[in-house]
Amino acid sequence: MPRRISINHDLCRGCNLCLEMCPKQVFQESSEIGAAGFRLKQVALPDECTACGLCELYCAGAISLEPLPPEEFADIMAQEERRTSTGQRRGGWKEVDSLLEPGRYFMAGNEAIVEAALAAGCEFFAGYPITPANEILEGMSRRMGETGGRFIQAEDEIASVYMILGASWAGLKAFTATSGPGFALMQEGLSLADMAEIPCVIVNVQRAGPSTGQATRPAAMDMREARYGSHGGVQRIVLYPDSVQEVFDMTIEAFNLAERFRTPVILLSDGYLSHLAEKVAVSGCVKVFDRIYVPGRPAFGPTSDSSVPSMPRFGDGENVVATGSTHDVSGKRSTTNPTVQENLVFYLNRKILEHREELVDCEELFLDDAETAVVAFGTVGRSAKWAVKEARKLGRRVGLLRPRIVYPFPSQRIKELCRTVNQFVVPEMSQGQMVHVVSEKVARDVVSLPQPNGQIIDPRRILKYLVEGVW
Amino acid sequence: MNIQELRKLSLREQRTTFCPGCGFETFINCFLRAVDDLGRRMDDYTFTEGIGCSAWISNNYFKADNFHTAHGRAIPAAIGLKAANPQLDVITIGGDGDLASIGGNHLIHAVRKNTPIAVFCLNNFIYGMTGGQVGPTTPLESITSTTVGGNTEKPFDLVKLVLGVGGEHASRYPTAYPHLLVKGIKRALVADGFRFMEVVSQCPRQYGTRNQASAAASMLAQQKAVYLSREKARNIDRGEFGDRSVFGDFDNLKEYLDLLPTEE
Repeated sequence: MPRRISINHDLCRGCNLCLEMCPKQVFQESSEIGAAGFRLKQVALPDECTACGLCELYCAGAISLEPLPPEEFADIMAQEERRTSTGQRRGGWKEVDSLLEPGRYFMAGNEAIVEAALAAGCEFFAGYPITPANEILEGMSRRMGETGGRFIQAEDEIASVYMILGASWAGLKAFTATSGPGFALMQEGLSLADMAEIPCVIVNVQRAGPSTGQATRPAAMDMREARYGSHGGVQRIVLYPDSVQEVFDMTIEAFNLAERFRTPVILLSDGYLSHLAEKVAVSGCVKVFDRIYVPGRPAFGPTSDSSVPSMPRFGDGENVVATGSTHDVSGKRSTTNPTVQENLVFYLNRKILEHREELVDCEELFLDDAETAVVAFGTVGRSAKWAVKEARKLGRRVGLLRPRIVYPFPSQRIKELCRTVNQFVVPEMSQGQMVHVVSEKVARDVVSLPQPNGQIIDPRRILKYLVEGVW
Repeated sequence: MNIQELRKLSLREQRTTFCPGCGFETFINCFLRAVDDLGRRMDDYTFTEGIGCSAWISNNYFKADNFHTAHGRAIPAAIGLKAANPQLDVITIGGDGDLASIGGNHLIHAVRKNTPIAVFCLNNFIYGMTGGQVGPTTPLESITSTTVGGNTEKPFDLVKLVLGVGGEHASRYPTAYPHLLVKGIKRALVADGFRFMEVVSQCPRQYGTRNQASAAASMLAQQKAVYLSREKARNIDRGEFGDRSVFGDFDNLKEYLDLLPTEE
């Protein structure tokens, strides 16, 4: 009985496997040369065919063996096209009850991160041991067990970051915590999170480097890495609190920002803040944001108004294609088109920067008439605050600017200060990193006060500089 | 449905970018056949991939949720997905360079974690997409763009590697036996725990042209000469075994090693 075999010459690649692998030599080469430059194949002996199917298993889709009646196949295809998402519209702001009883607690910084992550709705943690972030890993291991979340101790920090990215696509709020060397390993994955718009939170408990440096000692040496460390270098949101209360509050904020902007958010801490224990007020109600999903909408930017696109989760039936390659709004790769590439990376910056005014969050002290402004971040800001207050008592016209949101950098605010300020002073637990950012923004004298010795900066040292000009 | 119909139903595009004669077309077809035989649909599965020719299979063509990660990172992403939502049926497709070189550490730790995902490693013995460099499975003496005098580094036996770290479902199927490959894929799709399959695949363009086998059919003939079924491996004279290997499903290292000649 002759078999129904046909060849779609548009799909034939000329590999000759049909000729060579068919046990019955059903196929032959014709003398006709096709558009692709090879001899066209033809079905010569359909009577010999046993329908073993080897030819179609080898073929790049050109061979059709014993097809269904066309109407039957058309029905199957039509059914396929009618299938739609099984997901429901979801996401946005909501208020949830705190997991902890409202009240005052005495907690270390790392402990506050654990409790605040749970309060923000985090249900997935993956991490790898590293000092001084270990208490977060251990705390999440214990608390995820108690709250029904998922905890994985990964084989390294590279795996940690990809696990949270996978979990994020499954729809969970996810985070990891690390320190300098681990943070460096995570940069590749963070770049993917930028490109594929994957919400996640990364806590970097900074320690003195370079390299292994002083693992137990505080530093602020990854300030620029947090913003520019990944290849591609698009806008990041970076937070750096200065007290355990702020660690708690800003951990929740980090999750909310990650979900709102579909971006990795870096929460900086350091070897001091991680183990500093102090009081934390926990309210009974937490305001949290969940990523927005609208069935059927494109899952990726660029959007025309730089708004954040709908984010389905895997299993919603949207057949999401999430990729770190340059892609269009459907996720389909477009790796050679310069316009697609440029529009995408501009958009990745814009979706955050168009909200930059709302992302200005600074503690300010005596800046109305200050001639000297101390610009300090995180733990150093705490020392600077005391020094500025004491210097004021001595009649010095000094003030403090402490951006809690480090990036996007509050450029506009710092430029406004130039009305009265003629000198900016930037004390840092490094050889001077943020001093360059400040210098870029203002045409004023900018002084670096570096202390890369693995110690917190003694407030009296900053005071001495403000009073005597000696560092 | 025949394969052409399954491709229309389950692939985003009908014409792939793989070179003529590439074994990945065979893997695609066998995978479609396996899914159909199981009465399931492509989008019942969720895919993660890394970088390389193999990663293009699910990322570019399979109509399903998929997460195309960086080079070597498909397994941790799959573990994250599966742990976050155990209802998802998570599959990783990668190549030998992707899963056994840059992602090698993730592979062995995934075995230890025993996360229930299926990993298909399309082993074409070379880095295809980047131009034919030596990989972790490139045979000794093979010519590649970075071993022009022949490879001098001992290749990994991926099945032995996975079984050696405690894997309980490791299999190997060459594209030279597509019907057996379909059966192997079906077993890998339905089994419990962590599943690993090495799909021995021909790369006529990058590997074949440098190593006297530029026709896909001759590479398949070589596969048939090298890869023996369990039955044949058991019966062949030990002295005759030479550089041959064995294919099939294996659930422990001893069983696998017993089929191979004892190393001197």
